[in-house]
Amino acid sequence: MIDREQVLHVARLARLELSEDEVEQMATELSGILDHVDRISELDLADVEPTSHVVALENVLRPDEPVPSLPRERALEQAPDPDEGAFRVPSPGAS
Amino acid sequence: MSHEPHRPRTRSGGAGELFELTAGQALGRIEAGELGSDEYFDAYAEAAAGDELNAYLWRAEPGSRAAGGEGFRGLPIAIKDIFCTEGIPTTAGSRILEGYRPPYTATAVARLADAGARVLGKTNMDEFAMGSSNENSGYGSVLNPWDRSRVPGGSSGGSAAAVAARLAPWAIGTDTGGSIRQPASLCGIVGMKPTYGAISRYGMIAFASSLDQCGPLTRDVTDAAMLVRAMQGRDHCDSTSVGIEGGVELPSREDLQGLRFGIPRELAGDAEGIEAGVSENFEATLRLIEELGGELDQCELPSTRNGISAYYVIAPAEASANLARYDGVRYGMRDPEPEDLLGMYERTRARGFGAEVKRRIMLGTYALSSGYYEAYYGQAQKVRTRIAQDFDAAFARFDFLVTPTSPTVAFELGAKTADPWAMYMNDYCTVPMPLAGIPAISIPSGLAAPAGGGPELPVGFQITGPAFSESGILGAAYALERAIGFTERPAA
Repeated sequence: MIDREQVLHVARLARLELSEDEVEQMATELSGILDHVDRISELDLADVEPTSHVVALENVLRPDEPVPSLPRERALEQAPDPDEGAFRVPSPGAS
Repeated sequence: MSHEPHRPRTRSGGAGELFELTAGQALGRIEAGELGSDEYFDAYAEAAAGDELNAYLWRAEPGSRAAGGEGFRGLPIAIKDIFCTEGIPTTAGSRILEGYRPPYTATAVARLADAGARVLGKTNMDEFAMGSSNENSGYGSVLNPWDRSRVPGGSSGGSAAAVAARLAPWAIGTDTGGSIRQPASLCGIVGMKPTYGAISRYGMIAFASSLDQCGPLTRDVTDAAMLVRAMQGRDHCDSTSVGIEGGVELPSREDLQGLRFGIPRELAGDAEGIEAGVSENFEATLRLIEELGGELDQCELPSTRNGISAYYVIAPAEASANLARYDGVRYGMRDPEPEDLLGMYERTRARGFGAEVKRRIMLGTYALSSGYYEAYYGQAQKVRTRIAQDFDAAFARFDFLVTPTSPTVAFELGAKTADPWAMYMNDYCTVPMPLAGIPAISIPSGLAAPAGGGPELPVGFQITGPAFSESGILGAAYALERAIGFTERPAA
């Protein structure tokens, strides 16, 4: 079971503001999903290697040669608030 | 319901007939000088302009003349809106990317353009590819062309509906847990998820990076082979791309002599929730395999019983990391009145993401958080190893494994939105393959009535094989496609 406090904690980690209704709903829905998912935490898999990547790959490297990157103006074209060749953001605040 | 011929062979006038051609057939006519490339493109651009299914989020204007070279000769293609297309709006079905125009083009799309195809439009999808019904799009649900009160499947539902409804000759999509194969099944078309690493993921907006793979949604198996052949290959912009050694052969197999097909009991006979109509159709298709000379036997994939549970840890965990980039700083939506930086992040994401995306970010963040990592993510990765081992053992005995693609035919809009787990179970038969990284195809195998009654709807038949067995799967699917002879089409 996931309670309200856990939902608020995880939402803070995820940088996601939730309304009061969403907090309640999320607690119910996540608990429901985890009831099903919990079956895998009960399996005995101590001797099994985890799989993070399915294709066997060695290090993939490219020649270390300088090439042009995305021009600054292009990179800023989609920015909500570009300013003086940079991305402007609000102050981090006092906290 | 119309019953147009599946493979019109006679040349005749009339725009309606043009739309019954597969892309490969249209290409043949263009090469023979019987059909103009621009005429074909414009016919589809006009059809797409009349889209009543909400399949498209952006469409090319009739008369637009982007370069279309040799090879595909300017054939139009619909692109799932998860692929970045330079200067063309790309949203991944999310409001957080409304109005975004990428400064570069995804490698898969660039390869199609290099091969001579032209972008016809960008198709609707579940937000960030999270969904099995297309009801999670930030831009409204897509309707199933067979029955507009039903879902087209998801997440590549716009691509599937467009191809089935003759609003596009063919399309591409992405598959993370079934997002190509399941909508292809529900819309009565062909859909293929290639081996992980076969096609570059560069410029494909990331959902779950260890699972995501691009693939085709087409009218027939030959068209699917043409697209995989054009898109596959190593790309220096995606270090996990390896391509398919030896390329992809166009299929020509006429029988299934000498091939051994396994039927995994966990994903077929014993699986819960498979509708009676789907089961009957599956059994009938197995008999066709035998008639074509294929050998059939039962097999077991015991760990696939935990596939959905492992998937719904791994995919949300990876998504929670990938979606951290939507913070209102560099592109996309920003909350208009942020108090401070943290508030801007939290409120931008609250406004921009839909309910399912928020649910998965929360689930993934929880599964990766301190104290839970081993119990969930670590354990899910071990289940993944077990599933891959099950497939390896099965492929020692069999060339291919076969299952129904989806446990049900297309369901009604809203039928499963209240219960996330019921929605996730749609992916039961399609999730094990991406967890193991292996390729799989869904081909239409007939029609069946839904469990609740009503007119018959398409059923899909899934064939999977070992990593990089694309040519083999396509060959078997081609022989079976001819034996099935699926000619039904949704009414225009």
